Amino acid sequence: MFGRIITLMIKEFIELRRDTWARFRLIAWPLVQVIVFGYAATFEVFSVSTAVLDFDHSQESRELISRFTYTGRFHVVRTAQTQADITRAIDRGDATVAIVIHPRFAEYLRNGQSAPLQVVVDGTNSNTAMVALGYVDEIVSRFSQDYASDLATRLHGGQDSRIVQVMLEQRPWYNPDLNSRWFFVPGVIATLTLTIVVNLTSFAVVREREVGTLEQIMVTPIRSMEFILGKTVPFFLLGLCLVSLIAAAGTLWFRIPFIGNPLVLLLGTSLYLLSVLGIGLLISTLCSTQQQAFATNFFVVNPLFTLSGFSFPIASMPIALQWLTYLDPVRYYLIIIRGTFLKGVGMAVLWPEMLALALLAAVLLALCVLRFRKSLD
Amino acid sequence: MRAQRVKAIARKELLQVVRDPRSLMIALLMPLFQMVLLGYGVSLDIKHIPVCTFDREASQHSEALLKRFQASTYFRIVEAAQNYQAVTEALDYGRCKMAIVVPPEFSERLNDSGKSYVQLILDATDDNTANIGLGYAQSVVSGFSNDIAVLYANRQSIVQQNQPVTLQSRVWFNEDLDSRNFIIPGVVAMVLALVGAQLTSLTIAREWERGTMEVLISTPVTALEVMIGKIMPYFMIGLFDAAFCLALAVFWFQVPFRGTLFTLFFTTSLFLVVVLGVGYLISVAVRSQIGASQVALLVTLLPTSLLSGYTFPIDQMPAPVQVITYLVPSRYYVTIVKAIFLKGAGIIELALPITLLSLYALVIGTLAARAFRKRLD
Repeated sequence: MFGRIITLMIKEFIELRRDTWARFRLIAWPLVQVIVFGYAATFEVFSVSTAVLDFDHSQESRELISRFTYTGRFHVVRTAQTQADITRAIDRGDATVAIVIHPRFAEYLRNGQSAPLQVVVDGTNSNTAMVALGYVDEIVSRFSQDYASDLATRLHGGQDSRIVQVMLEQRPWYNPDLNSRWFFVPGVIATLTLTIVVNLTSFAVVREREVGTLEQIMVTPIRSMEFILGKTVPFFLLGLCLVSLIAAAGTLWFRIPFIGNPLVLLLGTSLYLLSVLGIGLLISTLCSTQQQAFATNFFVVNPLFTLSGFSFPIASMPIALQWLTYLDPVRYYLIIIRGTFLKGVGMAVLWPEMLALALLAAVLLALCVLRFRKSLD
Repeated sequence: MRAQRVKAIARKELLQVVRDPRSLMIALLMPLFQMVLLGYGVSLDIKHIPVCTFDREASQHSEALLKRFQASTYFRIVEAAQNYQAVTEALDYGRCKMAIVVPPEFSERLNDSGKSYVQLILDATDDNTANIGLGYAQSVVSGFSNDIAVLYANRQSIVQQNQPVTLQSRVWFNEDLDSRNFIIPGVVAMVLALVGAQLTSLTIAREWERGTMEVLISTPVTALEVMIGKIMPYFMIGLFDAAFCLALAVFWFQVPFRGTLFTLFFTTSLFLVVVLGVGYLISVAVRSQIGASQVALLVTLLPTSLLSGYTFPIDQMPAPVQVITYLVPSRYYVTIVKAIFLKGAGIIELALPITLLSLYALVIGTLAARAFRKRLD
C-alpha cells in the first residue's frame, strides 16, 4: 500500500519539478504578494494633505495651525485666501482636510466666548476621513484645554482656578504602534496558501482526467484512499514549505513579531492545509476540464477570501454573511495565525478554531473519498 | 482596413461567446457575483464594538462614564470584569475588542487635582478597528469631561467658562462616512478589469487551441482588422456589464450618483479599451486558453485590489509604491469613478486622470493592433 502511495507522490513531485511555471508560482509570486501587501495594504493615515484658510492672522490662529503641522500627521499643501480656494482644493482632491479660521477667532478666545473653528473633510474615503477627524478632534480639544487653563491662570492668578478634566489613556495591546503591516502580513499566509494549494490540487487531478492518464491509474490496483493520499501528501508538504517561506519573509523582512508557540501554529496550519486540500480535491471531482476547474476555483476562492476577515472585519458584514463565515476555513486559520503571531495565545484560547478546522477538514475529505470511490472503483 | 472583414470577425466572435457557456458565465454571472459578494462583504463601518469594563472605583462618576459608553451605538458592553486577569482573558479570547478600566482613585483625583484619567485597552491586532474605536472612545470621554467640568464649576460657583474652541466639522461628498459609498464604485472598476481581461484573453488562444489559426491566417485579414473585430463584441459586452454594475450600485446599494452619465460612459469606454487590450495582448502571447486566463487573472486581480486605491488610499503608501501605482490602469479609473459618483466631477475636473488613461489606452491599443502576426511558428 505504501509503495503505491509513494510512487504516486514521486510522480507528482517530478511533474512539479518539470513545470517551468511552478517555480515562479510557488516562490516568486508568494514573495511578491507578501511585499506588496506589506507596503501597499495600509489603513493607517500617516499624512493628511491640508488646506488652511486663516482669516484671523493672529498669534492664536498661528499657534493652532502649528499644532496641526507639529504632529507630522498634517501637512499644509495650500494656504488659501478665499473660501473658493478651499472649495476647489477639496473638490479636486488636492487637500483632504481644510481648516478655516474665523476672522475674530482670537478676539472670541480672549473674551472667553466660544471661538468657532470650521473643519471640512473630504469623506470620499470614509475610513481616511474618520481617522483624520479623530486626529483633528484630539488636536483641537488639546488646544482648547491648554488655552482654558492658560486663561484661568491669567485671570485668577493660578490659585483657586482649576480646569477639571478627564483624559483617556490609550493602551493598544498586541500591536502597540497600531501598525497595519502587523495585521496584514501574517494574514497573507492564509490567503496565499488558499489560492495556491486549491489551484495545485484541483489542477493536478483534472489535468490527469483531461490528458487521459486518469484512466491508466484506474486500471492499476490503487485504491481511492491511496490515490487521494498520493495526491494530497505532496501538496500538503508543499503547503508547509509555503507557510514557512511567507512566515520567514514576514518576520525577517517586515519584523513582524512572533510571540506564540510554533507548535500551535504548526497544528493549526496542518488542519488548515487538510481542509484546503479537501476543497481543491472536491473541485477536481466536479470538473472535467482545466477550464472548468479554473472558473470553479475563482467562484470558490473569492468568497472564501472576502468572507475570511482578512482585511474587512467580519463584525461589519450583514448578519446573514456573518453566519456564512463560519463555513470558511480561512476565518479560523486567520484567528490562529494572528493569535500565535501577535497575541501569543495557545491551545487554551484557540481550541475552538482548531476543532472547527478539524471538522471542516474531516467533512471535506470524507466527501472527496466518497466521490472518488464512485469514479475510481 | 475593410469594414466587411471586421464585421465578419466580430460576428463570429459574438456567436462564439453566445454559444460558449463558459464565456457567457464570465460575461454575465461573474459581475453579478462579484458585485453582490463585495458589495455586502466589504465594509469598514464599525459599530457595536464589544467592550469589557473594569470599574475599580464603582463611584457615581465612574458609573456615569460607563453609562455613556453603554448609550453609544459604537460600543456594546458585554462583560464587567472584576480583576485584571478577567480583562486579559476577555481580550485574549477575543470576546472583547476593548476594555475600559476606571482606576480606583478616579473621583479622588478629580477632587484633588482636577485631572483624572481612564484607561482604554485595545485589541490592536486589527489596527484599523482599534484606531477608529479609539476615536469614538475619545469623543465619549471628552463629552464626559466637559460635563464634569460644568458640574464642578457650578459646585464651586466659579463663573462658567465656555469651551474655548468649538469644532464644527463638516464632511463633504460622503456625508455619513459610509464606507460602502466609496468601496462600491471601486468594485465596479474591479469587476470590469477582471471580466474584461478574462474575456479577451481567450480570443486568440482559442484559435490556436482549436486549430482554426491556420484558417484565420490564410484569409486576407490584417492584424488591425483582427484586433478590432475580436475586441468589438467584448467592448459591447463590457459596456453592458458596466451598465449592469452601475445600476446595481445606484439602485440596489444606494450609492449616491452625482455626476453625469456622459462622463461615466466616456471614461468607462476608455477603461474598457485598456483592459480588453491587455487581455488581447495576453492572448496573443500565451497560446493556451487556460494559461492565458491565469495570466489575465494574475495581472488584474492583485494590482486592482491593492494598488488602485480601491480600498487602500494611495497617498498613504510609501513613495516607491506610489510610483508603481501609476502603471496600474485601474488607478485612474477608480479615481475617476469615485469622483463622478461622490463629487459629481466632470471632464474638466478629471482632466488629468482622463488624459493619462487615454494615453494608456493609446499605448495598449497600438501594441494590440500590431500584436497579431500571421505566422504559424
